[in-house]
Amino acid sequence: MELTLWTYEGPPHVGAMRIATSMEGVHYVLHAPQGDTYADLLFTMIERRGLRPPVTYTTFQARDLGGDTAELVQRSIRQAVERFQPEALLVGESCTAELIQDQPGALAGGMNLGVPLVNLELPAYSKKENWGAAETFYQLVRTLLKGEMPAPGTPKPSPSRWRQEGRRPRVNLLGPSLLGFRCRDDVLEITRLLAEHGIDVAVVAPLGARPADLIRIPTADANVCLYPEVAGPVCSWLERSFGQPVVRTVPIGIGATAAFLRELHGVLDLALPADLQEVEGQPSEAERRSRLPWYSRSVDSTYLTGKRVFIFADATHAIAAARIASKELGFQVVGLGSYSREQAREVRAAAAELGLEALITDDYLVVEKAMGEAAAELVLGTQMERHSAKRLGLPCAVISAPLHVQDVPARYSPQMGWEGANVIFDSWVHPLMMGLEEHLIGMFRHDFEFVDGHRSHLGDGAPTAAGTGEPEAAPATPAPAPGTITAAAAVREALESLWTADGEAELAKIPFFVRGKVRKNTEAFARERGLERIDAEALYDAKAHFSR
Amino acid sequence: MEAPYLAIPSMGVSAPPVQPSPPDILKESGQREVFCGLTSIVWLHRRMPDAFFLVVGSRTCAHLIQSAAGVMIFAEPRFGTAILGEKDLAGLADANEELDRLVKDLLERRPEIRTLFLVGSCPSEVIKLDLAKAAERLSTQLLGRVRVLNYSGSGIETTFTQGEDNALLSMLPLLPRSDEEQLLIVGTLADAVEDRFRLIFERLGISTVRSLPPRRSTDLPPVGKGTRVLLAQPFLSATARALQHRGATLLSAPYPFGVEGSRDWMAAAATAFGVPTAHFNAVLDPLVERGRLALAPHREVLAGKRLFLLPDSQMEIPLARFLSRECGMELVEVGTPYLDRQLMAADLALLPPETQLSEGQDVDLQLERVRAARPDLVLCGLGLANPLEAEGIATKWSIELVFSPIHGCDQAGELAELFARPLRRRALLQLS
Repeated sequence: MELTLWTYEGPPHVGAMRIATSMEGVHYVLHAPQGDTYADLLFTMIERRGLRPPVTYTTFQARDLGGDTAELVQRSIRQAVERFQPEALLVGESCTAELIQDQPGALAGGMNLGVPLVNLELPAYSKKENWGAAETFYQLVRTLLKGEMPAPGTPKPSPSRWRQEGRRPRVNLLGPSLLGFRCRDDVLEITRLLAEHGIDVAVVAPLGARPADLIRIPTADANVCLYPEVAGPVCSWLERSFGQPVVRTVPIGIGATAAFLRELHGVLDLALPADLQEVEGQPSEAERRSRLPWYSRSVDSTYLTGKRVFIFADATHAIAAARIASKELGFQVVGLGSYSREQAREVRAAAAELGLEALITDDYLVVEKAMGEAAAELVLGTQMERHSAKRLGLPCAVISAPLHVQDVPARYSPQMGWEGANVIFDSWVHPLMMGLEEHLIGMFRHDFEFVDGHRSHLGDGAPTAAGTGEPEAAPATPAPAPGTITAAAAVREALESLWTADGEAELAKIPFFVRGKVRKNTEAFARERGLERIDAEALYDAKAHFSR
Repeated sequence: MEAPYLAIPSMGVSAPPVQPSPPDILKESGQREVFCGLTSIVWLHRRMPDAFFLVVGSRTCAHLIQSAAGVMIFAEPRFGTAILGEKDLAGLADANEELDRLVKDLLERRPEIRTLFLVGSCPSEVIKLDLAKAAERLSTQLLGRVRVLNYSGSGIETTFTQGEDNALLSMLPLLPRSDEEQLLIVGTLADAVEDRFRLIFERLGISTVRSLPPRRSTDLPPVGKGTRVLLAQPFLSATARALQHRGATLLSAPYPFGVEGSRDWMAAAATAFGVPTAHFNAVLDPLVERGRLALAPHREVLAGKRLFLLPDSQMEIPLARFLSRECGMELVEVGTPYLDRQLMAADLALLPPETQLSEGQDVDLQLERVRAARPDLVLCGLGLANPLEAEGIATKWSIELVFSPIHGCDQAGELAELFARPLRRRALLQLS
């Protein structure tokens, strides 16, 4: 038993719904009690879908439990097939139905429905949403391709067979789904990118695919695993069963997009264009196609140097963000973590490269605490971290699911490819104070016009729920946790009493936007050195200590 | 009971007055697009800031509560889910130990909590985890510090707003007994609305007015022979009956939505407390007049428009009454998750006689009726709103009605505005 307040991931059947709803011609019959239909609103509200998810719920009640719930399941399946005429049917159960063991998939199997059927077994008490999505996608592809499997011993198709067949090479883009982060635009961006390199896209799935499209998956020369959280297992299975190679680099950021293109060219046995060859002094494709490299080198960005950034997201976006932050924007990554336990190993490796220990948790309070302790200046996270960052008065950009409706923008805003890098530059840098502007505030802060607390376009440091007018701002009174606050207040009081008048005066001269950090560092320094008071000298000692 | 101020023929709890034969109620049982009772935690926890609601359930329950309201609260919320894992399912003895450990940790972290509600869910009901026993055991352990209560908000037993009914029912055993004359308002109201009501009752000369749920979970009203219960919400069947068993008298009235409903609701209390008619009119007439004034511009938008209410919050019948009588809307179909004729008697009596009621739901069939009728406005849940809008049918989200202050004469204009806004917006937009 585990206490959960807010969760990053829903139950696994919500993952299955993401697959069904992303596709066309698929219907999902879900044996679930009244109330579980709430999941529809994730799609109709967050994604603003104009169609109901293709899900029929049995919505059983207590009075049904005394009778024949199996009959209810069969009736629901029959009616759903008649009404929606699906090209493939998923049958499964939510947490409660799992306990009453009606085995809806087996019941459906005995009904001669004349429709490809996937019996989904998604253990609700041990697995979560992303796992459910990956398992559903895998089971669906496997069911539809059962008849297409090459006989054992058949040689692997050559990934360069396109040449013999006299056509352009083609790949599948696997993994984009509803409620994933910017999948709609990533697919467009990657499709354009591939087209520029003479590569066609055979099948995009699950987003926008029909069951018949999945049957065409083996006709491609390779699979691009765009979102490992959803497509990891299916890509591995296709590699094992159909000998289809997998491109596993996720093209988020400049370095990763270039690496992705190189991997892809290698897999397809395509000649690498000159501007992807990493030749010293030669302009790269990245320079030519994206503004991020130049924007990051331009003088204004000097002020981004060493910005302390805290990252928490799904594994794919967390790892990508860490690389972009450290290598492409010159930030200092001070925290890296993920709620994706399935990909924890990869996140740990990425963190180790940066000299950090990865935070693998699904407790948002632990993440919030780590964020505060890391003294971050920018938070890159999910919508949960946006809330935490707001509470801590930190700027934040959302880089991953779980999403809020505002993370599904109307404008084109991919994360992948060259344009994705542009989008990332803008959306991470804008929440920070603009570079030169920060410098100017420092220069002019002694002028009488300068009002302490002024933060240009950013407004106040720590907006409250009531003050921001954010659409999702809670109607409830934020509930403080007095236990922690009281303890923290006592510590604060003890520390504050250490400061002498000249120490405080010196502290007041420090620009407000770094004052908190200086205060904290100096106090840590004083504690470490066992100082009984913090005067101006102690402050400068600490400053020298921390500048090393 | 005499009801001298009422505009309607009867306020009795017995049969509604004879009407020219209304259409048969449509009873449906199929897929229901309604929330379960856990959802009511979202407003209950706001009402009682010293209470914590701990759902004992699954990841689905946790995900439901955070998704259903469409809100995320910045700070640590005062509700959470004890998510059952495979180990808990394997051995119930362990589940109880686990629950005790978790509650202990929780209360250490949140020392301000005075009442803890253990809320049963579908999985906890199905595995027959005895939360009543757990609440008893924990109450003994925490004696003098925290009261531990339990109720079920499971989808197999409750719809959406019934969760509040069960929560209030669980508090009843704690209510002290007293035969003192008092008016007891039952059902969660926004604090500002409640303050208004108290002020008006005070002006009427009803001196002792108490509320259930109270603003502080420990500030429980007494109940007994002198208690006259006025329901502020139409979904409290079990609580109403249990209060009657404790000696209270249930006043029958329309629910306080709109000017007429609010006036009649207060009139029921005034009658019971023997407030002189002239005095009642002197207090209420200015409010009624002001309320009608506030309503007028919205009535212009709504009058003659056809409304289809899908079953959701159990507030559909009183809202239909308000929207038809005070805003001039035509009712195509009034759906309700379940029909409690006694609690709805006064509102049902005021519906136009030809009103088509439906009870329960088969959502696909009901949507077919919506499409066939092409109403001007549909009241529905969030799962259906955008799909209907995409088909060109204007909608009003029903969940807003349980979060917004909509009760009383003073709120009648705001209530009407909630329904007029989607229509106004459609008239404003020129997108082609």
